[in-house]
Amino acid sequence: MRGHGYERSALLEILHAAHELYGYFDKDLLEYISGRLNLPLSHVYGVASFYNLFKFRRPGEHVISACMGTACYVRGAEEIVSAIEKEFNVKRGGSTLDGKLSLFITRCIGACAMAPNITLDNEVIGKATKEVVLERIRKVLGG
Amino acid sequence: MKPEDILKVAEEEVERQKSYKYRINVCCSSGCLPFGALRVLKAFEEAIKEFGLQRKCKVSRTGCVGTCSVGPVVIVEPGSYLYQGVTPEKAREIVKSHIISGEPLKETLYTNEAFFRKQLRLVLRNAGKIDPLRIEEYIAVGGYSALIKCLTKMTSKEVIDEVIASGLRGRGGAGFPTGQKWNFVVREKNTPKYVIANLDEGDPGVFANRTLAEADPHAIIEGMAIAAYAVGAEKGYIYIRAEYPLAVQTLREALKQAKFMNLIGKNILETQFNFDIELRMGAGAFVAGEETGILASIEGRRAMPRPRPPYPATSGLWGKPTLIQNVETLANIPVIILNGGNWFAKIGTPKCTGTKCFSLTGKVNNPGLIEVPMGITLREIVFDIGGGVPSGRKFKAVLVGGPSGGCLPESLLDLPIDYESLTKAGAIMGSGGIVVIDDESCMVDTAWFFTDFCVDESCGKCVPCRVGLLKMRNILERIMRGEGRLEDLDILADLGEYVRDVSLCGLGQTAPNPILTTLRYFRDEYVAHIIDKKCPAGKCFKQEEVIKEA
Repeated sequence: MRGHGYERSALLEILHAAHELYGYFDKDLLEYISGRLNLPLSHVYGVASFYNLFKFRRPGEHVISACMGTACYVRGAEEIVSAIEKEFNVKRGGSTLDGKLSLFITRCIGACAMAPNITLDNEVIGKATKEVVLERIRKVLGG
Repeated sequence: MKPEDILKVAEEEVERQKSYKYRINVCCSSGCLPFGALRVLKAFEEAIKEFGLQRKCKVSRTGCVGTCSVGPVVIVEPGSYLYQGVTPEKAREIVKSHIISGEPLKETLYTNEAFFRKQLRLVLRNAGKIDPLRIEEYIAVGGYSALIKCLTKMTSKEVIDEVIASGLRGRGGAGFPTGQKWNFVVREKNTPKYVIANLDEGDPGVFANRTLAEADPHAIIEGMAIAAYAVGAEKGYIYIRAEYPLAVQTLREALKQAKFMNLIGKNILETQFNFDIELRMGAGAFVAGEETGILASIEGRRAMPRPRPPYPATSGLWGKPTLIQNVETLANIPVIILNGGNWFAKIGTPKCTGTKCFSLTGKVNNPGLIEVPMGITLREIVFDIGGGVPSGRKFKAVLVGGPSGGCLPESLLDLPIDYESLTKAGAIMGSGGIVVIDDESCMVDTAWFFTDFCVDESCGKCVPCRVGLLKMRNILERIMRGEGRLEDLDILADLGEYVRDVSLCGLGQTAPNPILTTLRYFRDEYVAHIIDKKCPAGKCFKQEEVIKEA
């Protein structure tokens, strides 16, 4: 925040930095930002919740982001996501009960020529199939 | 630095490159990275070292050549030998055979020349040829000489006149004449003025801007600097999606190098011209790509569009005159300045000059990034460049223009690509996404997907977009459940036209396109869902079962 001179217009930049640091926003963090920038908490929350990138719940130990961009959708991403939901008992946007696995949907990571793409803990699985993805997740969770 | 110093940098770099007999360019852009491009790069470097070829052969990391489906790809110069699907093991073989014995490794070469034959690369002129992280290489291929020409030999008016003569139109989607926009901004008395480069490529299925930023960031920076010189701005912002980490990193490094060489900053090249650029990241909001949305986002607010006028040219960032251009538009500028507006105007069609980048994806044999002259037909793109639909399947439709584009049937494939023809057919140029759809996909389901996307991304400010789109999506879901009525089709059409005509911004105005075009060209599929309770592609009702099972 100091880097931005506590400039109110830098709110988005500051949210980015905080999100990168903590991985998600909780009330304390947003209250702190609102206090230091002298902006109403409602405004800070309003801006943070407007953008899809920001999360408000602690993500699981392992994170899957399934790309649901046009190309991935046309090439069958939906089937893969349904299969993950079914096998690991997790809903899109949520985590498993034990907090081991989260499943998020993203809008296009831009690797459309390799669609469908599933990202597992920052590693992209291109030209993904149901079998490959499920196997990879099992391996990560088991190990 | 002075202009002469930049020329000297260019000469030195050319000399340095000449000293190598071979050059190996490894594509390390977002398309190839997930498939091990860095390991391939390392393997090449190790092999060169092992065989003691450091003086004969240079290994570089470069941007994307467009053949993203066969990555990682590698180009060996001279001769532009393009290798596909390179692994670390193959890298060693390529060094042994191509670099040492002079025999290109035939079985790994990319042989589909049709992919490149109809392309014309102006914006992507350097993509895959230079190392984006070395400003010297950009300068060596003539980079920044357009900026030098503007600063030393041209007045602001001459620059704008050249852009007007080129006929260049905004590549962000709407196609507004670029030169005219610059004129609006230069006329304003209010200062300071701003230039914003729009790299908020939010359309799913589109990656042309990202590729450009990763492969040739200085083309964007140079274009911005020229635009700033022409309209009298001293501060610029590049607004980029946070989902593009590599592009962010590349641009950040490029800005640093440009600043170091005094190509941006204070008293650029020892002239009176000052221009500084800052990077601002979006955070996943499709509507932030709309020009008033982008302003709100840079000011640190929700990216909600506002009514225009006043246009950003009069009252933009913090109420000051602001020029907002897509990065593809900006990357065209140096080419226009160097070759002249009249030269540029000869490319493409009279009303739509130049080229356009398209992200070609979906059910097509050669997906990737292409750049073609305006006026080319969709058939040429899908079948000649794209190689048609993978075997065993039939072409059904092509979606042009992203989630708010239109689905066009086979009968319209001979449509020449320009802003007007596409709009007439119910699609838009948009950001240049082309998704090919085959007979496995259901058009009702496809329309639902895009409508759902727009419902999600609608900022909620104006009623037609917020409520209208939701209603339309609900009707589609009813039809997909088999509970549709024939009147629904008329309601959809009426509602769609209403949302299109009265929404506040571009998102709402174009969001009904997928429904309207599928209704227009694929009405029989809707009817089959309603009357026969059957999905011709066998998708909708099947999906229902999956949900029930879960």
